Amino acid sequence: AMEDVCAKFVSQKISKTRWRPLPVAALQPPDVFATGSWDNEDNRISIWSVGDLGNAGLNGEYQGEPQLLCDIRHNGDVMDMQFLDQERIVVASSTGTVTIFRHHQNNQTLSANQRWEKAHYHVDQDTSCGGAACTGVICNNPEIVTVGEDGRINLFRADQKDAVRTIDNADSSTLHAVTFLRTTEILTVNSIGQLKIWDLRQQRNEPSQIFSLTGDRVPLHCVDRHPNQQHIVATGGQDGMLSIWDIRQGTMPVSLLNAHEAEMWEVHFHPSSPDHLFTCSEDGSLWHWDTSTDISEKPSFLHQGGRSTTYLSHNTINQSVVSAWLSNDPTKDRMEITNLIPNQTLSVNSLDILGPCLVYGTDAEAIYVNRQLLA
Amino acid sequence: PSQVVPGADPSARQLCFAWGPAEVLVCETLFGRRGGSPSRGESGSGRGLLPGPLTGCVAGTGEGGPSSSRLFVVRRDQDIYIQTLRKLFNESHGIFIGLQRSEEELAGKSRKAQLIQVSKNYRSVIRACMEDMHQAAISTRDPALHSQYSTQVSILSAMELIWNLCEILFVEAAAAGPLLLRLLDWVRLHVCDVDNMVREVLSSENPSKHELFWNVVDIFVLQGRMDEARHLLSKEASANPTSVNMYKILDDLMKKMPVPSLGNTQTLTEMELKWQHWHEECQRYLQDGTFASNSHMESICKILLGDEDAILEKKELMTTWYHFLVTRLLYSHPTVKPMELRFYAQACMDLFLGGENSPEPLDTILMAAFEFEMHQVIKECSIALSNWWFVAHLTDLLDHCKLLQSHNLYFGSNMREFLLLEYASGLFSHHSLWQLGVDYFDHCPEYGRVYLELHIERIPLNTEQKALKVLRICEQRQMHEQVRSICKIMAMKALRNNRLGSALSWSIRAKDAAFATLISDRFLKDYCERGCFSDLDLIDNLGPSMLLSDRLTFLGKYREFHRLYGEKRFSEAAKLLLMLMTAHIAPCSFWMTLLTDALPLLEQKEVIFSAEQTYELMRCLEDLTAGKSDKQKLQDDDVETMKVEMLRLALARNLARVIVKEGTLEGS
Repeated sequence: AMEDVCAKFVSQKISKTRWRPLPVAALQPPDVFATGSWDNEDNRISIWSVGDLGNAGLNGEYQGEPQLLCDIRHNGDVMDMQFLDQERIVVASSTGTVTIFRHHQNNQTLSANQRWEKAHYHVDQDTSCGGAACTGVICNNPEIVTVGEDGRINLFRADQKDAVRTIDNADSSTLHAVTFLRTTEILTVNSIGQLKIWDLRQQRNEPSQIFSLTGDRVPLHCVDRHPNQQHIVATGGQDGMLSIWDIRQGTMPVSLLNAHEAEMWEVHFHPSSPDHLFTCSEDGSLWHWDTSTDISEKPSFLHQGGRSTTYLSHNTINQSVVSAWLSNDPTKDRMEITNLIPNQTLSVNSLDILGPCLVYGTDAEAIYVNRQLLA
Repeated sequence: PSQVVPGADPSARQLCFAWGPAEVLVCETLFGRRGGSPSRGESGSGRGLLPGPLTGCVAGTGEGGPSSSRLFVVRRDQDIYIQTLRKLFNESHGIFIGLQRSEEELAGKSRKAQLIQVSKNYRSVIRACMEDMHQAAISTRDPALHSQYSTQVSILSAMELIWNLCEILFVEAAAAGPLLLRLLDWVRLHVCDVDNMVREVLSSENPSKHELFWNVVDIFVLQGRMDEARHLLSKEASANPTSVNMYKILDDLMKKMPVPSLGNTQTLTEMELKWQHWHEECQRYLQDGTFASNSHMESICKILLGDEDAILEKKELMTTWYHFLVTRLLYSHPTVKPMELRFYAQACMDLFLGGENSPEPLDTILMAAFEFEMHQVIKECSIALSNWWFVAHLTDLLDHCKLLQSHNLYFGSNMREFLLLEYASGLFSHHSLWQLGVDYFDHCPEYGRVYLELHIERIPLNTEQKALKVLRICEQRQMHEQVRSICKIMAMKALRNNRLGSALSWSIRAKDAAFATLISDRFLKDYCERGCFSDLDLIDNLGPSMLLSDRLTFLGKYREFHRLYGEKRFSEAAKLLLMLMTAHIAPCSFWMTLLTDALPLLEQKEVIFSAEQTYELMRCLEDLTAGKSDKQKLQDDDVETMKVEMLRLALARNLARVIVKEGTLEGS
């Protein structure tokens, strides 16, 4: 419910929010997250705490409101951000530089740990200008893959100074996002509506598979893979459309779901309850897609609490597949979609979901935390 | 906000200026300096021209000697750049949008309640900001920063004070009776100078023995906080058993004091009648000397009677003339009507300031509010405050209360729009807050669109993502011109960076046929030079966007020919190749390349081109060579001549083979 959400205005436009990963077998919900800002003269990486410890009593502030633990300057807009492990965050910059920051938890400071200057660049890497925005980063410790406006794919290792592998001109259009499909394969999406699979073991500088939207080649902005069923992939497009792909078959999306009214900036399957999916958009909305509800049992969910809840049928092919994301029967299998932001104004640029906790950041310079979302 | 530009001195130099969308350029000119440049001593500092605090803001001044002219860039809205105020701008943006969306569905009382709520929301944002600023002020160690924050706190506090009064008088338009209660709340909320004294006395071990005890009782009485005053007095009474009767009488008077009710439980006449009785009772006790033995209590009784001198004696405890006003109203005219406020307000201010101090801007603003001169309030605020935020939002709210409709400016549209445009322009001059400005322009029906068009083109586009955000704003508003221009800028950038694929997608998004043609030519040129295509992933996936420009269509089709050829689908490839020329899809300059591409097809073992197709190819070749002037022919090098000869030969041989083949087939 909305009353579980707490907001904090932070005087900078937030481009990324990420929960710090939990240690293996942790029972507690996440309590620390990182944010990155954009479009400021002085952009920052900040670490926030929403834990109950040390939080009460500080100026009598509302409990649960995020508290700033530490922050550090970042050169350029923060384009993407991923935790490498509990302490290190990899940050992609609009200057083309990729930086690993270390969060020292003993004295609450941040420092730059490793930096690849102009990992993405136009024309010539050595000239003073010419950096190309690094648009996406994904980590699988110690490996880091970055993509950029230069259509380049870099593979770094956290402990190595030089790139392990670089695919120049991997894409003739802008690469907008990247994620791991398997340990050696990555997925990229680009500005002409293509989803590509790259096998990093292959020395060939070409994708092993290309999937494509039909009709107008609407740019794709984000991609995420189902955590358990790796053949299911979700992407979000410039028109706000959510596409579900089954990379085992065909070259087109299995289903196209009408969603936001503007660019979908991020899409995330819930890491442990992948029947739930979250998307956020330039139109200022954040949607919760829930395929776990069998509506024949719970019809009362409709219009609950004044939220705009709609059911949507979707067109798919194979009915017997286990996952609800690929199922097909419009009368039986439906998904419940809830907009979590009722009075939307400016863009929701980023969201992250871990356990019962959701965090998101907006161009209205606010971060929001909901700690009881899937409680 | 009025601004003085530091260093710009019209008495030393003739100045000229030009308005920009967000900034004003002021420059020194040579005009009127016939007698040579002024002496060194005269130029430079702005002698005596800069009275009081500098409210202006200079973003940058050109350095120069005494004889060179300087250029000043003056930004309009200085507070936009204060980091802590960004919270105010962002949060109030949401409230503003909510107010615009709430349009007029509700009528009468509920609409009024809604507007009051909006007003309170704005005030709570100001208060929250004030808190933050206050925290910042006490936590900083830098004295300069501390004083800067403290100044901001007092400005925000004044803004909230004014807003609150406007809320009572204009938005809520409280009627006689409730009006006084609201004004009392207003004074209690804002006169906090004495709060420390109250806290000190109340927290002391024995408050009644504290030297400031009676001061605190007086403060409570002056603010109409009767219960608190009586509570304190009861402590004093128990310590003085001899005068317990006197205390009891005063306590009783204070308890019985009639107060206006908020609901409709009593009429004004009833209230006035009760008041009269109570007043007479107080009068009696004062005259029969009941309190004569205790000057403190006697003075309180006089205050209850509304004795002007007795109240004015407590000047230090009220600190401001408007507190004095409200106290006087409480004890003399509790049922004051809104329209009578002006007389009491003026009198109280004169009495309180005593002719020694001239009123400050804040006094003038509050006075204008008490006089119900809404436009004067807005005007004075515009001059006194260093931001447009306050007047823009207040005016918009008052306009939604339908209080400003009759007033039109002789320039621009109306005052609401004028102020919103100023505020939004300030936001647009900020590197990061520009996004907020868009919605304000949207709600300016007359000039908002033009302003947005002018400003949006000046947003620097350092990443594609930012460009997409700007583009989305333009597309949502059908600003085709700006969409085209943004895409063109991005396409040019991509082209400069040798990113043909990106460049093409930008021009496809803008539906810019000319630019798509330009990029297609680059692709074709690259192909001619290197003999292979770059960016196949893009060209193979053009889809319907291929139809944007003829050249792009050709590029797509030509690539298709290569694919068919590569897949050894020769007859389809041949048909397509011929069609590219006969349907005039291919530019003439490219025909020779196409004909050369036909060579290997003509040389295949199997006959591919039919007789008819061969004739057409021959005609294409002849058209191409015939079209050239003799002079051009001379210039053509030997390679070109040889190509033509080879083609003619290949065509002739193919024709021979196809005649035989077709003749044989028909014959059999």
